[in-house]
Amino acid sequence: MIKQISVFVENKKGRLAKITDVLGRGGIDLIALSIADTTNFGIMRCIVSDPDKAVTLLKDGGFTASTTEVIVAEVTDKPGGLARVLELLDKAGISVEYLYSFVRTPSENALILFRVENVAAAKEALQTGGVKLLTEQDIQNI
Amino acid sequence: MYWNKELECMDREQLLKVQAEKLKATAKRVYENVPFYKKAFDDIGVSPEDIKSAEDVRLLPFTLKQDLRDNYPFGMFASPMSEICRVHASSGTTGKPTVVGYTARDIQSWAQLMARTFTFAGGCRDSVIQVAYGYGLFTGGLGAHYGAEALGAVTVPVSGGNTKRQIMLMEDFGTTILACTPSYALNIAEVIDELGVNRKNLKLKAGVFGAEPWTEAMRTEIEQRLGVLAIDIYGLSEIIGPGVASDCMYKKGLHIAEDFFLAEIIDPNTLEPLPHGQKGELVITTIDKDGIPLIRYRTRDITSLSVEKCDCGRTLARMDKVMGRTDDMLIIRGVNVYPSQIESVLVDMAEVQPHYQIIVDRVDNFDCLEVQVEVSSALFSDEIRHLETLSNKIKAEIQSVLGIGVTVTLVEPKTIARSEGKARRVIDNRNI
Repeated sequence: MIKQISVFVENKKGRLAKITDVLGRGGIDLIALSIADTTNFGIMRCIVSDPDKAVTLLKDGGFTASTTEVIVAEVTDKPGGLARVLELLDKAGISVEYLYSFVRTPSENALILFRVENVAAAKEALQTGGVKLLTEQDIQNI
Repeated sequence: MYWNKELECMDREQLLKVQAEKLKATAKRVYENVPFYKKAFDDIGVSPEDIKSAEDVRLLPFTLKQDLRDNYPFGMFASPMSEICRVHASSGTTGKPTVVGYTARDIQSWAQLMARTFTFAGGCRDSVIQVAYGYGLFTGGLGAHYGAEALGAVTVPVSGGNTKRQIMLMEDFGTTILACTPSYALNIAEVIDELGVNRKNLKLKAGVFGAEPWTEAMRTEIEQRLGVLAIDIYGLSEIIGPGVASDCMYKKGLHIAEDFFLAEIIDPNTLEPLPHGQKGELVITTIDKDGIPLIRYRTRDITSLSVEKCDCGRTLARMDKVMGRTDDMLIIRGVNVYPSQIESVLVDMAEVQPHYQIIVDRVDNFDCLEVQVEVSSALFSDEIRHLETLSNKIKAEIQSVLGIGVTVTLVEPKTIARSEGKARRVIDNRNI
């Protein structure tokens, strides 16, 4: 199971610097990162080397943080690569809450992180469709 | 100019006699008709017969806003419902409002009191009075309305809002007296400037402003910008609504309608009466009301009283501009707001008490209320739409409880300053 951490961030100067500082001092490695924002606040979502420790560090630092189970799929880094994966989910009747991509060392494949309601069903649909899903171990090796 | 010279300039000794008679009758009326008062009198061993003079009001028990709440909705009424012809309500500290009832005679008395108030401002039969207080459960609009009609003036029941239309009517109808909250008066002044309306087209002479606290500086600004005499009026729905006290043209304190209301100043801690001139909590006993007479109602407003004869010739006691509250009530655009109302909404929603802060500001003479809520783990969601739904829901709930618009902002934990572990709930930046 791949755990993503999510942190509530006010739209105020210096907040991201503070969050990344807390993580950095705690020896947490950031592997992937995405920020969703609205007029007043944002949510910072990331994949880190040690999610449980990261959440504890952030809570101690006065932030509201939680972990969420997500899926990371390997997608061919070519036109239509992502479309094929999304089609599989669509056919299985699974809607995507959000997604973001990230890269590891130069490779022919891109990594796409998905957040869906029904993780088990999504995994099955993707695997049946021949999409490679990363394990927690794969993530740690990135 | 007087509305009823005999009453307004009555020798104080004579006035005290009038008050004593009315107080006796009121004490008897509530003792016989309101179970709450019968018990309250019996509990401290006082009987209506013990009242011999106006000063004997001190023997009687106090009434709190909470008592009206506990007897919601009609339990404090001293008249049968068949005789009640109107109710008004103001927001309560949590949930339920505070309800008051008027008999036909009360409505008439109230109209007389407000007609008197307009006279204080120079109003007469030839006046055109634009009532820009809100009409509805709030007493401001209808209170001013009936007073203006009783005066025989042309009454323009425009209610609050739609400022451009207000100004158009002022020009076209030749409004001479404007009745609204002082902050709305300034707002109107600003829009007049924006629209480039020629002052010569306006016939405004006076403004009867109240329902919220305001400063002398604000009075000067309104007087200069609107070119009017700005009169401060005081009232509260529990007592009757607007018309309890009002400035005269000399603006040296608000004359209390003592033929209807017996005013005392008490020390809010010891509850002992304080001598004239000393600052304390205003306590009012209604001595000429049928629907809901209240005995020693604690207004929570801080002021002081003077019984010196005024330059206008009136002998009615004067109260100073209200200098604050003994509780945490805020007045936002004329509406009473208690932090506990907001707190109860948040507790219901989060099932735990979230940290929150209320920030009040006056932007372009408009009171703004912002509620900042710390996003705790219990409230947090990884999805934007859930947080936005939460924020909108809090906003809608608070608005439905308070009846006024608010802004809700989600903030990070611990961003709201705590002093000695206790969060400062209200930051009022209005400087009033």
